[in-house]
Amino acid sequence: MTATTTTTDYLLEAKEVSKNYGAVVALKSASLAVRQGEVHALMGANGAGKSTLVKILTGAVRPDNGTITVRGKERTAHSPAEARRGGLVSVYQEPALIPDLDIFSNLRLTETPLEPFIHWIRELGLGDLDLSDMARDLPLASLRIIDLARALAIEPDVLMLDEMTAALPANLTERVLEVVNDQRGGNGCIIFISHRMTEIAAVCDRATVLREGDTVGVLEVSHDSADRIVELMLGEIVGKMPERAGRSAATQRAPDERPKLAARGLESGAHLRDVSFDLYAGEVLGVVALEGQGQDEFFDILSGSRRPTGGELLVDGQAVTFHHPADAIRNGIVYVAADRAEALLMQRSVRENIALPFSARIRNWGPIWSRKEQPKVDTAVSRLQIDTRAQGEVRRLSGGNQQKVTIARWVAGGVETMLCFDPTRGIDIRTKHQIYLLLRELAEAGAAILLYTSELSEIQLACDRAIVIFGGEVVAEIDAADADEATLLRAAHNLPSDAPLPEEVVEAAIAAEAESEMSSPESNGASDP
Amino acid sequence: MSTTVITPERERASWIDGIATTLRRNSWTIGLVGILAVLLIVTRVIQPTYGITGIQGLAVSVLPLALAAVAQAIVVIARGIDLSVGSMMALTSVVSARLMEDQTEEFAILVVVGVLVLGLVLGAINGTLVVVTRVPDIVVTLSMLFIWAGCALLVLNTPGGGSAEWLRSLTSGSLINEWIPKAAVVLLAVVAVIWIPIRRSRLGLSLYAIGSDPAAAYRSGVAVSRTKIFAYMLCGLFSALAGLSLTASTGIGTPVPGPYTLLSVAAVVLGGVSLAGGRGGVFGPIVAVVILSLIRTDMTFLNVNTNLATVAQGVILVGVVMVGSLIQMRRKNP
Repeated sequence: MTATTTTTDYLLEAKEVSKNYGAVVALKSASLAVRQGEVHALMGANGAGKSTLVKILTGAVRPDNGTITVRGKERTAHSPAEARRGGLVSVYQEPALIPDLDIFSNLRLTETPLEPFIHWIRELGLGDLDLSDMARDLPLASLRIIDLARALAIEPDVLMLDEMTAALPANLTERVLEVVNDQRGGNGCIIFISHRMTEIAAVCDRATVLREGDTVGVLEVSHDSADRIVELMLGEIVGKMPERAGRSAATQRAPDERPKLAARGLESGAHLRDVSFDLYAGEVLGVVALEGQGQDEFFDILSGSRRPTGGELLVDGQAVTFHHPADAIRNGIVYVAADRAEALLMQRSVRENIALPFSARIRNWGPIWSRKEQPKVDTAVSRLQIDTRAQGEVRRLSGGNQQKVTIARWVAGGVETMLCFDPTRGIDIRTKHQIYLLLRELAEAGAAILLYTSELSEIQLACDRAIVIFGGEVVAEIDAADADEATLLRAAHNLPSDAPLPEEVVEAAIAAEAESEMSSPESNGASDP
Repeated sequence: MSTTVITPERERASWIDGIATTLRRNSWTIGLVGILAVLLIVTRVIQPTYGITGIQGLAVSVLPLALAAVAQAIVVIARGIDLSVGSMMALTSVVSARLMEDQTEEFAILVVVGVLVLGLVLGAINGTLVVVTRVPDIVVTLSMLFIWAGCALLVLNTPGGGSAEWLRSLTSGSLINEWIPKAAVVLLAVVAVIWIPIRRSRLGLSLYAIGSDPAAAYRSGVAVSRTKIFAYMLCGLFSALAGLSLTASTGIGTPVPGPYTLLSVAAVVLGGVSLAGGRGGVFGPIVAVVILSLIRTDMTFLNVNTNLATVAQGVILVGVVMVGSLIQMRRKNP
């Protein structure tokens, strides 16, 4: 109860915050006001200034102008440590855990009380965590959950969640959303940043939308606010993806057509037990799996960075063995990773990054022919609509534009088979749609594309059919026309695919499955505080 | 996946797990100790007279380099590198020798304390320059290598000065049992008193944190710049201890010491500290120093040309690190 405040009942208020980096305007005049007990969505396309505002709130960046008040008191934080002491904690997209320390030491480092941490980690469905595990040995999803539990444990006034559910499997996402929802009406508030509209609708009270460095709207969230938010974000109503009615590639395929890329009984230790599939030219084949079902190993094998322990890989019907990613590339198989930093030379220019695959051919030792290279690069840049204002160094591009560069480099060289591993992770809707369109165009031009995605709705938007991996095995193959999210989710949990059930029953089944997977016999009492 | 749940009981019940984990995490150091044991046996075989005096001599001769290796290890863990370790040793050595010459034993205590403070100051200057100028560590400390080396020659142009008697007796001879050289006791005591409490504190965690992932450390609320300066200060402190041990063991100040800087880096690498930061400890490098020194001794016993011995040292260094990394890699991806 802030009796002294007369002007506002907001817990956190940022007014007319601006920030310039040299000539580049990151924030013009952004405002954000969050009430106590509220879950508040902060929305904006990539480059709208969202991440700059977050950095200013957490003290990582100092604003040029504007004021930030917490509980009516003006406050300037100069570092995350200071913001933390002021009751503002952020969970970042990249976990803030030290890879070379075990979880216990990580908790000590941030002076996190242990009891509440364990309470939250159980609430979030990670009850089997071993505190003596090194952070570097844990999967990304677990690290993000640990980061969240660590933030919740110190009961911050303001909790900032930046793309918290990106890269989380469906069952953990559900737990996170439940926990966020439970925080509504509490003493603190949550700033929730997500690209997923369904999540916004499920847990947020209000939303603030940024565009080009300005706050362009604050609205109450309801079930039909998604269109309005997107409209505000883009400044225009985004064109929906053309509906592609059940165009099954399989029916059009000639019976004697050879798959571009095929696998028979692929194995990799305990992670991958038996994976077979056929990928034909001219199609986008989706891959669906919950976190840690062997998809990482699967893509590593296909891209040549890991050798399978068993099974066979066929390119154009010929058995092949890859010793190195270069072998895969030589066979026309190129790889687009979720982590842009893995694929790009961050300090080099857009041009060099795009030209790298065709200037780095082994037999090509001589000087690089700029004149031959330039048109190819230009074509790729314009085709992908890459924003080239900051083209001198790739690391200065936004995440979406970086991802476009990783795709552009293969497009420029001409693509035969492209493996995409969650290429739209953490990218705004507009760029996502551009990437789907591009994948479709490539397929129509005769390329074969394998697309793993953690966002189930992408399957119908971009794929012709999908295979589902569970526990290292392909458990289902679904035509895109039938691949609605509920069906995919059930398949991903390896639930029986009988006649379609009513939606509630499906959801209940999924929840039960998630429950039985996550909870252990001892953790029944864990929900007691 | 086990379904165990974190409870205080489980923490206690799993102390065997705990020991296993500790052993696994320190496997590199344990491996080095094994190599050292084998080397000692080999030494005994090729030189049956190698005994108490040999061990004593070994302890005294490795003391300065062992302290230098600890100094280097701390900075490397924090993702830095200090090329001025040798020069700081020289400067602190000559300053102490110059001040202690013809002075009382009591005054020498003041000198030792003063020199240790000097070490902290030298380190603080290194660290502050690295943090403030944002020039890479290797460039800053390379410059400081020349600056401290020049200062050392300004203080004492040729080897000279003196050392207090108590300081000299601190490193020579043995304690309790004649098999326990004083130098080794001093080394372990100094490291135990200074490093272990720090290692266990939040500050120690911060050192590892900024070495492991500076961005994550910053976001976790670690004061990255301050921690880095602190790492360099600790490095300066241990370099000063190394410089004092030089004075103590020779009785005079040495303005141009041996190739301690590069040997300290070699010991750090051999000692299992990752040059990328965040991994390793200080005991591995100490054992590595003893191994490197013992190898040289054995070469002398075998009448190997000293130049060839230097070559062999390099080969062994790269060989051990390669084989060690290979074993670790195999264990990770069976």
